[in-house]
Amino acid sequence: MPSGLPFEREIDEMEELLAKMESGTGNGQVTASEEVRRMRRELANLIRKVYGNLRSWDTVLVSRHKNRPQTLDYIDMIFDDFVELHGDRAIGDDRAMRTGFARLADFRVMLVGHQKGHTLKERNECLYGCAHPEGYRKALNKMRLAAKFRIPIICLIDTPGAYPGIGAEERGQAQLIATNLLEMSRLATPIICVVIGEGGSGGALGIGIGDRVAMLEHAYYSVISPEGCAGILWKVATEETKPMAAEALKLTARDLFRLRVIDAIIPEPLGGAHRDPRGMGSILKDYLLRYLRELRDLSVAELLDQRYQKFRAMGVFVEQVI
Amino acid sequence: MASVGKMKRGVPEGLWIRCPQCKATIFRKEAESRFNVCPECQHHFYLPARERIRQLLDADSFEEWFKDLRPSDPLGFKDRIIYGERLKAEQAKTGMPDAAVVGRGYIRGRPVVFGVTDFAFMAGSMGSVVGEKLTRAVEEATRLTLPLIFVSGSGGGARMQEGILSLMQMAKVSAALARYDQAGGLYISVLTNPTMGGVAASFALQGDLTLAEPGALVGFAGKRTIWNTVRLELPEGFQTSEFLLKHGFVDRIVARKDLRTEVARIVDFCER
Ligand SMILES: [Zn+2]
Repeated sequence: MPSGLPFEREIDEMEELLAKMESGTGNGQVTASEEVRRMRRELANLIRKVYGNLRSWDTVLVSRHKNRPQTLDYIDMIFDDFVELHGDRAIGDDRAMRTGFARLADFRVMLVGHQKGHTLKERNECLYGCAHPEGYRKALNKMRLAAKFRIPIICLIDTPGAYPGIGAEERGQAQLIATNLLEMSRLATPIICVVIGEGGSGGALGIGIGDRVAMLEHAYYSVISPEGCAGILWKVATEETKPMAAEALKLTARDLFRLRVIDAIIPEPLGGAHRDPRGMGSILKDYLLRYLRELRDLSVAELLDQRYQKFRAMGVFVEQVI
Repeated sequence: MASVGKMKRGVPEGLWIRCPQCKATIFRKEAESRFNVCPECQHHFYLPARERIRQLLDADSFEEWFKDLRPSDPLGFKDRIIYGERLKAEQAKTGMPDAAVVGRGYIRGRPVVFGVTDFAFMAGSMGSVVGEKLTRAVEEATRLTLPLIFVSGSGGGARMQEGILSLMQMAKVSAALARYDQAGGLYISVLTNPTMGGVAASFALQGDLTLAEPGALVGFAGKRTIWNTVRLELPEGFQTSEFLLKHGFVDRIVARKDLRTEVARIVDFCER
């Protein structure tokens, strides 16, 4: 199945060729299988080469790939017993934000995550993962519930940004995100945040304050979308300006690790999570379990102090005494 | 820093100015003598940080803190010009090292920790220096158990040129305000034109009380972004102080001339 990513064309072609060979159109069995093995090796090398040289903008495209696993896919793949909780207690059930109890191995957790949807129908329901104020309110309501019973919280971040609309402003988009930032910084239970796809600005940060913050290898996390940035800097977002904006913003996992904003880059299967969602699921599960174990033994005071110091240290400036 | 007040930004240079709201031609000195407010329609003009301090705090009571903080260019950000060059130009234009001024002062004899963001410096956007100054101010207010007043005027929200580090300043200031709140501190947030994006979505809307100057633009998403998404005409008065009051996100709209009295009165109500 072609990925549709421009920089994957060569990979697509070779995959197609390999598929044909594997279906056994060839002559002698022995030579065919040798040929197939050689081809597989070549394909893996090609993928490694392409993915080792992604531009920032390519990363943004990978992070948005329609087959890339989303919150609900991870719930299916690695969590058990998901009990969805819908109520924000004020306005309505925001389908761009999913919350509920779940089990991860022997841990019970509160799962909070953006959901973008794969099909057009799902995407329209979820507004492509752009949550309204009620989504952020629901998230906080459930996180408070988790803290009350000392249940660790896992936030899966995957949004182009909080929804920019009339209703969203009327119902306090900025207010709800502001409240989440303040409250998440002092919730008395471990919080693990992972950017699994798009980390779009305040909409991402609104569920992004935690004791561990990590990114999947081909996710991005940015103060503004490359499109928005390109529109401001070069008046229009084009195929030429978007890559320039993506580059300038330093939004890849590697960039954020270098800027000391994230704790870890979670590696993806060869050629991205969209090639092997199950493989991605099991890698993510290992990381989450490791973090849950690390945080389990901390006292609340230690936990909150470390969380404070973590964000307190962020930023780069000069202090010159004249 | 002292040069800020001399620049008369927002009220353009010259003897006469034109009010953008009522279009009346006004004698500049008259607007200035009325807190930089239009005498005809009460439109609130932009106010430089220095002037805000002069209007709100008792005369000569302000002691500025953390003056030595300077921005840098951690991303090597380049658009039409390099961010470092842009900073130099903004510093020369405003006489300020960055967009925030914080410190300690008195309001009608009541000691407070005070901070303000100035729209003239890169639209008042929050980068590492603004985030750090505000955070330190909150920590000092916590340590000294003093009331805290922040006046925000930030059209840019989080500063794009410092990328993800700007976004994380939202988290940093918020965490400090959570501790201040935990310690029982009183935080009064004053919204002025404009307070948008990442500034609105963090410290500007985390006050125990939220006051707003009349007619200020306050919101999360920019109008152009919203229009691009919904393709609908935006309602009259959308994202103004009055709009926020109507929808329950602002406690009081306070005219600039009354701000000092109002803040002092609230401080008294909340005294322990
Ligand atoms: Zn007027």
